Amino acid sequence: MEKITVEAKVDNLQDVISFATERLEEHDCSMKTIMQIELVLEEIFVNIASYAYKDGGGSATISLDFNHQPRAVEITFTDSGEPYNPLEQEDPDTTLDVDERGIGGLGIFLVKKNVDEITYKYEDNKNILSIKKFF
Amino acid sequence: MDIKKTQNGSALTIQVIGRLDAGSAPELNKELTTALDNITDLTFDFAELKYIASAGLRVLLVAQKRMAKQGSMKLINVNETVMEVLDMTGFANLMTIE
Repeated sequence: MEKITVEAKVDNLQDVISFATERLEEHDCSMKTIMQIELVLEEIFVNIASYAYKDGGGSATISLDFNHQPRAVEITFTDSGEPYNPLEQEDPDTTLDVDERGIGGLGIFLVKKNVDEITYKYEDNKNILSIKKFF
Repeated sequence: MDIKKTQNGSALTIQVIGRLDAGSAPELNKELTTALDNITDLTFDFAELKYIASAGLRVLLVAQKRMAKQGSMKLINVNETVMEVLDMTGFANLMTIE
């Protein structure tokens, strides 16, 4: 398992993406899959950066674990912020017209659409969100 | 992200170049708050837009809501990656895409 720990700030998004992309490329992940994972990384990391730590800052750890048969990557996001399960957020109604559409819930919805498995747990005062994607 | 604007009377074309993500979306949003004054035809040219995340979608939705009141808005030259995100979120049905 390889991991990166950064301060949970949107400014650090590019570092997280670069770290993950390099490893995905080493594992011969297709460009299409890498782009989808990039979107997943952004949405989850930005959520943590925006909401996890109400008073001052804190850190976020992103770890990557590769599986070989079948080929898959498991990415786990850990933060010590406010307990928050993003999977409880209601999906946006994608059939509504423009007047009725709200701007909330799009990020986690995109995450769900781009991964094969997603789990959340709160353990030892930490939010632990894991995604799995086959490639 | 870079933004290039071409205005012709009340018609405005905005080229968004690069990535429309959580880092750059606020900049586009800020730009639009004043750029859309008196505009009736808004075109986003996405020929060089490589990537869009939810932060970018929110900016598009705000622009679409505003343009629905004062004129029309369309997206042109949308690449496959960006189109997938618009499809997944139902935005492809909300917006005029040429």
